[in-house]
Amino acid sequence: MGFRYVLLRVAASAAMAVAATLVVFLVAHTVPADPVLAQLGDKQSSNPETVARFRARWGLDRPLYQQYGIFLARLARGDLGESIASHRPVVDDIRQYVPATIELATAAGLLTILVGVPLGVVAAVRRDGFVDHLARLLCLIGVSAPTFWLAFIMLALFYGGLEIAPSPGRLDVGAGAPPHVTGMFVVDGILASDWKTVRSALAHLVLPAVVLATATIGIVTRTTRAAMLETLGQDYVRTARAKGVTERGVVRRHAFPNALLPILTLAGLAYAELLAGTVLTETIFSWPGLGRYIYQSALAIDFPAIMGVTFLVALMYLAINLVVDVAYLFADPRVAR
Amino acid sequence: MSSQALAIAAPARPARRWGGTWTIGLVGAAVIVSWSAIAVLAPRLAPHSPRQVDVMARLKAPSAEHPFGTDSLGRDVLSRVLVGARVSLPAGVVVVLLAAAFGTVYGGVAAYAGRTMEEVQMRVTDLFLSFPPLLLAMAIAAGLGKGVLNTIVAMAIVWWPKYARLARSLVLVQRSLEYVEAARALGQGAGRTLLRHIVPNAIGPVVALLALDVGNAMITFAGLSFLGLGVVPPTPEWGAMVSEGQVLIDQWWVSTFPGLAIFTVVVGFNFLGDALRDWLDPRGTRG
Repeated sequence: MGFRYVLLRVAASAAMAVAATLVVFLVAHTVPADPVLAQLGDKQSSNPETVARFRARWGLDRPLYQQYGIFLARLARGDLGESIASHRPVVDDIRQYVPATIELATAAGLLTILVGVPLGVVAAVRRDGFVDHLARLLCLIGVSAPTFWLAFIMLALFYGGLEIAPSPGRLDVGAGAPPHVTGMFVVDGILASDWKTVRSALAHLVLPAVVLATATIGIVTRTTRAAMLETLGQDYVRTARAKGVTERGVVRRHAFPNALLPILTLAGLAYAELLAGTVLTETIFSWPGLGRYIYQSALAIDFPAIMGVTFLVALMYLAINLVVDVAYLFADPRVAR
Repeated sequence: MSSQALAIAAPARPARRWGGTWTIGLVGAAVIVSWSAIAVLAPRLAPHSPRQVDVMARLKAPSAEHPFGTDSLGRDVLSRVLVGARVSLPAGVVVVLLAAAFGTVYGGVAAYAGRTMEEVQMRVTDLFLSFPPLLLAMAIAAGLGKGVLNTIVAMAIVWWPKYARLARSLVLVQRSLEYVEAARALGQGAGRTLLRHIVPNAIGPVVALLALDVGNAMITFAGLSFLGLGVVPPTPEWGAMVSEGQVLIDQWWVSTFPGLAIFTVVVGFNFLGDALRDWLDPRGTRG
């Protein structure tokens, strides 16, 4: 039963990802901006012959349904077309930028869980205590600080002022990247036993990861607290207490495992949010990831790149939701019915 | 239902001291009222013109003459921050109101229509929710071109689906309740039942979400401006101002003060929303 459920969810997610490209396609083509103007500039786009050649070259002269048909046919072969701006296959562009983003989002995700979940549990167990109030205040402040501003403050303080943080970027200036395996410098460095690079890559990760995690820590803490309060009020917890289970045992064996479901959902959503949040963080920390690529593609109205990246992002978003749904199965087998 | 029975039997919780719901809600409301006043009175409060370029006085550190310093064109940062409230504050509110109005009606109709109509409507919402909001808003904003109005439109397009979902689930819950059944049994039409009975009872959670969401929308609006997709340059807008100063790490005041402005307003909305959610949540498990 569980297997069929998973299979169904995978199929549904794949269909949604393709449908999502239709939304982007329609949005991208109904907006008034013209890629011709963005790519060729004022002077060249006043020459009708150049414009016609440009349109024919990128298939922009065909009717919309044909353009979308071509996109779908290519997609079926795993080809996302060629970027108008970089003149490289979009797949190659993405392959180059994705590892940096995954590395950053994963570091921030780990930080979120390591801080948010314990803080939420303590806040719920000691409800209305000092930690609870402090956690509430910190969370509200965390979700209120704009990422791009927080990033600036961190850089100005720790890099500019105190000079204890490294410069923006993934490695020190002049340092070479470790041999390419995954594209994630920390992992590649460990694989190559190049500890100097690992240390440098980790040092460069600290500030952007903290900035990126600030908002999600708040959200995860609040959800964990709410879920814990819910389970702590249940009959089985009262029963456990009546049996003489220690408070520690109640929290660990009874309340927390049952609170995992909502925490899991949120952790998944938070990770997806982190992947998206990189647009602003990457811009400030000169992080050569997907966020900056998306931003540049949007500015250049680079249709193939926008379509390709959006498809990928929608796919990741849906994949994360899928993983969360499947994780439900293990946390609570009743879900599959 | 057992948890409710327990809650009734349990002794009352001690009243919260500092940092409690009341304090947080009042602080939030006070911050919002203050910033609204600033937005209204900005032209009178600002010591200098927000657009007055003075190349001789560029990048001056905070002083009595320029309490927040001057930017790279010698404009007074304090004046620009004050006048900036007239853009950022209404932008966040308008986005949320537009999205909430459309989303609530959309979701309400879906829940009430049921069957195929509901299924199709909710799949469309799912489609919009399968993108990170900032990315989709960015793509649309880039296409529409700069300008406060265009950015608001781009944001509203990606902002409504969560209200559609919320409204639908609230109506679904409400519809099965006894008083709704009673109203229908008494011969009330669908539209009247929706307006007179369901909406007033379902509106609480929506109001709390609205307050929290205005803060969220303001951050996203400022983020789009920061990326160069929001306002047209000379307009003083907080996100754009942070962006202008982002490379000036030694002249920290250029970016710090407009960012602090965004931060304080958003804190205000989040405090208020959080307190509202506490008050409106009868079971008290959140908060």
